[in-house]
Formats: sequence, structure tokens, C-alpha cells
Amino acid sequence: MTQTILSVRNLTASVDGTPILKGVNLEIKAGEVHAIMGRNGSGKSTFSKIISGHPSYEVTGGEVIYKGENLLEEEPDVRAKMGIFLAFQYPLEIAGVSNLDFLRVAYNARQKYLGVEELDAFDFEDLVEQKLEIVQMNPSFLGRSLNEGFSGGEKKRNEILQMALLEPTLGILDEIDSGLDIDALKIVANGVNQLRNTENAFLLITHYQRLLDYIEPDFVHVMYDGSIVMSGDKELALELEAKGYDFLEPVGAK
Amino acid sequence: MTTSLILNPLEDWLQQSQSQKAVMEGVFLENLRKEASNLVSSGELPQKKDEQWRFTDLAELLGVNFQVAPLVNLTQDEIAHFYLPEAPQSRLVFVNGIFAPSLSDVSALPDGVFVGNGAQLGTAQKEILVKYLGQQPEQGEVFTALNTAGLTDVAIVWAQPKQIIETPIHLLFLSLVSETPSLTQPRILVVAETGASFTLIESYGAIASNCTDIPQNRPYLTNGVAEIYLGENARINQVRVQRESGDGFHLARTAIAQEKNSSYTFTEASLGAKLCRHKLDIYQKGEQTETYLHGLTMIEGRQIADTHSAVYLNHPSGTVHQLHKCIVDQRAHAVFNGRIIVPKPAQLTNATQLNRNLLLSNKARVNTKPELQITADNVKCAHGATVSQLEADELFYLSSRGLSEDNARNLLIDAFAAEILDKMPLVSLRQRLSQCVACRSFE
Repeated sequence: MTQTILSVRNLTASVDGTPILKGVNLEIKAGEVHAIMGRNGSGKSTFSKIISGHPSYEVTGGEVIYKGENLLEEEPDVRAKMGIFLAFQYPLEIAGVSNLDFLRVAYNARQKYLGVEELDAFDFEDLVEQKLEIVQMNPSFLGRSLNEGFSGGEKKRNEILQMALLEPTLGILDEIDSGLDIDALKIVANGVNQLRNTENAFLLITHYQRLLDYIEPDFVHVMYDGSIVMSGDKELALELEAKGYDFLEPVGAK
Repeated sequence: MTTSLILNPLEDWLQQSQSQKAVMEGVFLENLRKEASNLVSSGELPQKKDEQWRFTDLAELLGVNFQVAPLVNLTQDEIAHFYLPEAPQSRLVFVNGIFAPSLSDVSALPDGVFVGNGAQLGTAQKEILVKYLGQQPEQGEVFTALNTAGLTDVAIVWAQPKQIIETPIHLLFLSLVSETPSLTQPRILVVAETGASFTLIESYGAIASNCTDIPQNRPYLTNGVAEIYLGENARINQVRVQRESGDGFHLARTAIAQEKNSSYTFTEASLGAKLCRHKLDIYQKGEQTETYLHGLTMIEGRQIADTHSAVYLNHPSGTVHQLHKCIVDQRAHAVFNGRIIVPKPAQLTNATQLNRNLLLSNKARVNTKPELQITADNVKCAHGATVSQLEADELFYLSSRGLSEDNARNLLIDAFAAEILDKMPLVSLRQRLSQCVACRSFE
């Protein structure tokens, strides 16, 4: 039987006392790609941040089980080391931290957690150079400060590079397509597709069907007012594209 | 710590200062000391109502009964960890303000340059003292005058015209912490004659006897003065590292005079001392003169660190770029006051000044005042100050890649400090100071 990677049941959460998630249910199995669509403010990004442990959100109910373990008890860094990766919608620029050093620190943190060998600077550079090809990144980016002065497309490619190095079991991509031109979108999507295998799973958060032309999902979910109100296959995304989100109003209005 | 009410600390310190026998003699020095004693006697200790001392309270300093520091003998082994691998044979060591010939070694330096103490000056060489010692403005500033009144010896670096010295020169000042609070008043004279060029490292540290950890509640006072002259076309790249013990008081003035076309670069790391106050004054005395100032203050506990800098331009086409950063944790308090004075003759000045502060706790404090005084009308000047905390989103971004909260914090703090530490001309200093940042232990 295929392993369940993520199981979310009746998850509710709020920020500064305002409820954002109002009962989310989702089941993700190994080898699957899921997409969550929905309009601005529906709770999609919040959901992705809660899975990865952002401290600003308060979980008020429900549970999140990751590979049989209660994820909500773990700190963000432990979740990362357990194999959860969030590609940020807006990756942060951090001056003074070299991209290469950061990648190595992150990689070795995971290695240490898994009890496998950490890599020294030389071996790590060899590894990074292989991974650079996945996102067609110029090695000169490694010497620069983390995301500092990167274009929107370069930042997103850097996110995928990080993901390629950390080899997560669950990769969450929060609007990875935002701010990308069509060429950059193809590179990013192609990078994700290369990382797909039968052991891992991906969750795509997006507004637009376009991304799903390049990363084909097995399941598409629609989030509305803090919960998933509709699920289907990739045809659902096309339907949403044609109709817009307005038709959800009566469904969502309880 | 002995805290008794001392009726007149300044007079007390003056008497202590005068009680020490000078290693150098001469009418000039006698007069210099006498004049300075008079200035101290007629002077007053700074008070909070003084604009220059508004945020820095000396109350704790005034409660300590300091005695002139005794002569002590240390071995190479005891202090080797203060040495710099890049300057193994270009080093002067002063312990408790007293020159330590057995710990000093200048054998790697080329002929011509004088690096030594006052007693080593030949008769003809003593003219340098007459020409340069105590000749910069504001000799009446009370702590400067106190230093001069107690002047017994001088650490001297004197490079001849056009002399280019590749080996960095290290001036190391150590205080031996003891039960009796000691008063040490180091004096530095640096002269780069026309076209001379070198790198100078000035460092301050504390040591306990028998190499033990430094005990608590052992105050001492370092009151230093450095006078630096750059002739035309001269270049000095200077580093100053202050790592006094947590009960030490560190007061210092650095006065720099720059002739035209000279270039002075100053990079400072100020980490130690219960209370540190550094007054840094630069006088540009000719056109096309360049001054680059970089400072990093990193404090915690209840430390106070005050940097007061002033750059006086008075000639066309001068350049000043200043970046001062403070990392302030727990209940520590940083003060930055930076003035750049651009009078009418200083047309075509290019000046920038930025003070950036990172507060790591709710109780940490910073007072900052970047100040440009411009009367010239054709200049390019900019200044600013920022105060920030570690960003929660930045921390989360790093954590989401598997870095623990501590690692993420340290990485961001390191990154903040790196901008200054990267300016350090010696690899060993960059590495050692980066370690201080990473573990934030200053001892």
C-alpha cells in the first residue's frame, strides 16, 4: 500500500485572533502531486506556512500527521529536517550570508539529523554543481549573498535549487509561478518534475491553471474561506480557469 | 569591588598619575606633564548635562578607588594567545602600561622604521616627541590631559619618508586584573612621514595572573591616548580591537592629523569593558585627503559603549566614508555620535556616514546621532541611522531550511557584523572576531 505522507484533519488556525483556516482536510500519498487553488485570502498560503511551522499562526484545532507523526509539535527546523520543504512565494534577501555557505549549513543540518555524513566545503561544491543544472543556474549565484539583488525568477530558481539539495519528502511550492515569465516558469517547472519520484510528494499552491500545464497534478483542490470545498483531478483546474472563482460563492456560503 | 565615596576622583587620579616615574626625561616632557596637570586641576569631570556625555554615565567609574598599576612580569606563554600570526616579529607589548621588552619583538621590521618605546629613542630621534607629542587640538579634554599628566612612556611607530612596510605592526596593551583596581594610561604616537605606508593593529585585552579565568568584580581603568600623523601621500590602515574584561573601564581618544593626499583607514571592534568610551577625531589638513572609518560595537549584559567621532574637513575634494554598526543584547547600551564638519573651503567633499544598530533584546538601548555640519555649497554628503531587530520572517526562512533557532539567529548576527569584520586587513582578526560574534562571548 502506498504510504500516506501527509494527513490533515479538521485543521483550524488563526492569526492575531482572526480565524483563517476553518477545518481543512487533506490526504497526500507518496508519488502524488496535489494543487490547491483559490482566490486571494482564501487561506492557501496560510495553510502552507502552518504545515512548515511559521510561528505567527496559531493552530486552534485539528491535527496534522506527517508520516505517522504529529507534526504540530515540532519546531520549524525539525520539520525541515524531517523532510518538509516550503518554497517561499517571496524568498527573503539576506545580506552578508553567502548563498553557498547557507546551502551547505542547511544541507549539513539535514545530514546530521539523518545521521549521515556531513560534507566539507569541497565535496559540497561538487554536489551543488550537479544540482545547479536542474534549475540551469549560473554558478556565480553561489558566491553572492542569499537572494540579495536576485531577480524574481532567480529567487524562485534558488528555491528549487535548495529543494533539490534537501530532497524533501513533501515539497510545498507557494505560488512558485508568481512573477515568472514563461521561460523561467518552464525552467522552474522542469526542475520540480525532475525531483518527482514515487517516494515523495508535492503540494502546489497557485492561482492559475497555467502552472499545472507544466507540473501535472494528480489532484486539484479548491480552497474557499478557510477550507477545501471541492476536489477533483486536473480537469477541475481547467474548469476553474474557464468559470473563475465566482461560482463557488453559493457552495462556500453556508 | 571597593565602592567608597571618593570626594574628588579627578584630583585623586591626577595624584596617582603624577606618582609614576617617567622612563623618558627632558625639559619638554616635564613641561608637557606640568601643563597637563594644570589643565586637569582646573578641569572638571564630564557630567550628564554636557552634550558630549549626555548618555554615558560615569557614576560607576567615579566610585572606584584606582591605584597606579604595578609592574608585572608575564611570560610569552601566558600571553601568546593575544599574538597575531601575521605579526610574530613586529610587536610591542605593554603590560599595565609599562613596556615589556621580553615580550616584544620587532626583528622582522625593515631598517629605518622606529617601532619601540620612548626610552629607546636616540638623542637625535627625540625631536619627534617635541614635534608631535601632545600637539593635536583639544589637549585640554580632561581625560586626554590626565593621560598626559601621567605620561611615563610612549609606544612609538615612526616610518620614514616613502617607506612602505608590508609586515603589519602590532601594539598590544594588556591589563593584569588584580584585587587592587589599577589605573593604566597607554600613550601611542604614530608618524607616517611623506609617502610612508603601513598597517597597524592596536589591541587591548585583560589577563588574570596564573592564566586563570578572570575573576568577577575586579575593576580597572585604561585611559588611552593615540596621536597619529600622516604626511602627504602617506597611508595607514589601522585596526583597533578593544576586548577589556567585563569589569574594566576603557576610555580612549584617538586623534588623527592627515596632510594632503593621505589616506587613513580605521576599522574598530569594540567588544569588552563594562564601560567604553572612544573619542575619535580626524583632522584633514590638505586637499584630496581620504578617511575611511568602520566600527563594530558588540555588547551585552549591562555594558555601555560610546563612540564619539568627528571628522574636520577644511580643504577641497576631501573624502570621508563612515560605517558604524552596533549589536546590542540584554540590557546593554550603545551610544554613537558621529560628526562630519564640512566648512566653506571644503568644496567638492564626498562624505557618507551610516550608523546601523541591531537590538537583540527589549531592554537593549541605543542612542544615535549622525551629524553633518555643512557650510560648503558644492558637496556630496549623505548620512543616516537605522535601528532594527532580527526579523521574524528572516528567522523563519532560515529555520524552514533546517537551521535551529539559535543557528538562524547567529547566522543573521554574523551577517550583520561581517560587513565590518570583512574590512579587517588580517585574516586572523577576521576569524577570531567572527568567532566572538558567533558565540557572542567576549572574554
